[in-house]
Amino acid sequence: MGDIPLFPESASTASGQFDIMFFFMVFLAVFFTVLVAGAVIYFSFRYRRRSADEVPPQISGNTKLEVGLMVPLAGLALIAFTWNAVLYMNMWDPPDDAMEIYVAGKQWMWKMQHPDGQQEINTLHVPVDTPVKLLMTSQDVIHSFYVPAFRIKHDVLPGRYTTLWFEATDVGEYHLFCAEYCGTNHSRMIGQVIVLGQADYEEWLATAGSTGSPTTAGDSGMADSGGTVAPEAAGAQLYESLGCAGCHNGGVIGPALDGIFGEEVQLEGGGSATVDENYLRRSILQPNADIVAGYQPVMPTFEGQVDEDQLFQLIKYIESLSSDNAETEQ
Amino acid sequence: MAVPTLALPQKKNYINAGSGLKSWLLTTDHKRIAILYLISISIMFLLGGLMAALIRMELLTPAADLMGSDDYNRLFTSHGVVMIFGFLIPSIPAVLGNFLIPLMIGAKDLAFPRVNLLSWYIYMVAGVMVLWVLFNGGLDTGWTFYTPYSSSVSTSEVLPTTLAVFIMGFSSILTGLNFIVTIHTMRAPGMTWFRMPLFLWSMYATSLIMLLGTPVLGITMLLLFAERVFGVGIFDPALGGDPLLFQHFFWFYSHPAVYIMILPSMGVISEVIAAFTRKRIFGYRFVAFSSIAIAIFGFLVWAHHMFVAGMSIHAALIFSLLSYLVAIPSAIKVFNWSATLYKGSIQFSTPMLYAMGFLGLFTIGGLTGLFLSALALDVHVTDTYFVVAHFHFIMVGGAVMGYLAGLHFWWPKITGRMYSETWAKLAALITFIGFNVTFFPQFIVGFLGMPRRYHTYAPEFQVLNILSTAGASILAVGMILPIFYLTSSLWSGKRAGKNPWGAAGLEWETESPPPQFNFDETPVVTVGAYNYGPVEDKIG
Repeated sequence: MGDIPLFPESASTASGQFDIMFFFMVFLAVFFTVLVAGAVIYFSFRYRRRSADEVPPQISGNTKLEVGLMVPLAGLALIAFTWNAVLYMNMWDPPDDAMEIYVAGKQWMWKMQHPDGQQEINTLHVPVDTPVKLLMTSQDVIHSFYVPAFRIKHDVLPGRYTTLWFEATDVGEYHLFCAEYCGTNHSRMIGQVIVLGQADYEEWLATAGSTGSPTTAGDSGMADSGGTVAPEAAGAQLYESLGCAGCHNGGVIGPALDGIFGEEVQLEGGGSATVDENYLRRSILQPNADIVAGYQPVMPTFEGQVDEDQLFQLIKYIESLSSDNAETEQ
Repeated sequence: MAVPTLALPQKKNYINAGSGLKSWLLTTDHKRIAILYLISISIMFLLGGLMAALIRMELLTPAADLMGSDDYNRLFTSHGVVMIFGFLIPSIPAVLGNFLIPLMIGAKDLAFPRVNLLSWYIYMVAGVMVLWVLFNGGLDTGWTFYTPYSSSVSTSEVLPTTLAVFIMGFSSILTGLNFIVTIHTMRAPGMTWFRMPLFLWSMYATSLIMLLGTPVLGITMLLLFAERVFGVGIFDPALGGDPLLFQHFFWFYSHPAVYIMILPSMGVISEVIAAFTRKRIFGYRFVAFSSIAIAIFGFLVWAHHMFVAGMSIHAALIFSLLSYLVAIPSAIKVFNWSATLYKGSIQFSTPMLYAMGFLGLFTIGGLTGLFLSALALDVHVTDTYFVVAHFHFIMVGGAVMGYLAGLHFWWPKITGRMYSETWAKLAALITFIGFNVTFFPQFIVGFLGMPRRYHTYAPEFQVLNILSTAGASILAVGMILPIFYLTSSLWSGKRAGKNPWGAAGLEWETESPPPQFNFDETPVVTVGAYNYGPVEDKIG
């Protein structure tokens, strides 16, 4: 209670840019509302009916005036559109060096995993002044990852990855809300984004393995995928144990996976695809959907054999094969 | 409300043309069917309003107080389903459109009177199903039925509700078809398209959307039904489906449906402003064509509901731009209504007060709609209370205010009686104040980040929620008052006479209430709408 809050906290690079644009839009809205309300009120006094038999002048219209008004309005609309479009495109274009965090939504909790494997539930620790990219998926229905102080939001869907990125500018604790209705406890699918100084974040990472690891994960049905093992390391083990190497090493039966991430591949039957998280996901679960040109549809599906977390680990392992190569080439 | 023995010793009219329940339930008179709709949608509106009251009470505090989350979720879902499908979509078309279209074009009835009655029965079957669901388990998917929650997870009554919405669609389709054919084929001699009152242009545009959009909703509901019952993978990724496909299908109907709700109100506002300024509407053809433009562009903007849903960025850019396009005809209308006041002879009767309220509230609703079609801005405020505030400004501030303006404007024609102007003006004022106190704080709380459909919320949102609930109690008074003074006018109201407002239009040339076949002889039209005097056509 107390004062009526009017403005949300602003704590990311995007939120600063957003607020300037927002003020511009509010200014336009107030201007036109006052214009219409002012005209209606002024005319109401000026032209109120003074005698019962009054007959006002009949004016049929004015085409020049109509068109003359619409042109500047269309101009303003175009400015608003363009400004917003630029900010919007930037929202989905994370810097290449962004730190990647894996987010899994599930009725009614958020699970986060850091690049080195530290996991947390409903809380996300991130370093200040560092671009962070979220790779998100849902294990059941649609959720939406929303941090008002960062002015960012994106739906989290089952069966695919969506992404979001931000760079926090202020140390502090901020609301994380689920913004897409997801059933009974939708309004309790909330948490916190805790922005730490760089050093504090390093320290948190170091202790998170023992204290920060989720204790409720087992009870809540979130698979615990191995403490603080980095996902690509866990993925490498899976790669061996699932027998992927038998076909993919050497690239005889299945395409070689070294250096494939981020590349464009030609598909059997025409067309091409960029090998990203969603492509790899589909290729593991529905291997016959988009086959690389020159290969036979012989791979069995791993639907039901790998869970969401393992799928993510495998993808990170394949991705790591590419970054290793890039490093050796340099 | 409809008392068969009303207006006793008067001439024969549509009300005393027959008596007994059967004469009403088997009637094919468009005016009597309008009364049947009026009673049914009023019940829906009261039920929906009651749910809104419970929602606002629960949101007084951040914690869960009155009910569990499952009940809360069922409550806001039912509020949406009842208000949108049960009240807003039929409201002006089925009540005022039904009553007025034949009168305004000088016809005896609609083109298909029996189909018109069938529409009402279909509406009733679906309405009863919705009410049955309400009292037997309820629905918890939100009125948007998003998959895969609705198709695979929710244990609430999804099947009967989708079936009810599917059935209700036929009522809409038949009404739209009836109106289109009537306006095309049954205009009185001399009633050319550009002599028609603008209300008819807006009803025509609305009917186009009903006819072309509703089948898509019906098919979507069937697909959802098929996925839930037979496990056909259409929308649920676990079955190989695509949840975004559902959102595209759903909004392909449901965004145009917003125009089904607002276009008829725009038509009412044109009639009311002309009558109470005694002027032609400024820029008649611009206003007429803007209705058609809204109906057409309205079909091209649906995915602006999906800017954070996981759609391609390029699609988002196109849908954002197109959404700005649909704002232009709306802006034209607001400009022309305001310009009509200029040099008018303005009388502040109750319908005019509602119309002026509409002008202000629809302007705010429309401008905040541009916030939501602005890409980056939408990312922050979509799925928050900002959206809730925006669409209530359009649907209550716009559609309901327009409906009340029309109901008060044509009440003397429908019933033959005048209501208490004092009470009615008071109710209009209370409604306007209550509305703003209820919904304006929701813009702010949404901008602060409070997501919609939240049963419990963060403590810093409480002050604004208290304001909103306080406003809702004022609004409730404004909504309940008309029930009393309108009902009592049926017995104690002054007789209205043919044309109590001194308005132009064929409906004002016949008796109030009109005779069974509307006109004693078919009128011949020689002048355009709003013939309040010779056109001078000079500005300034």
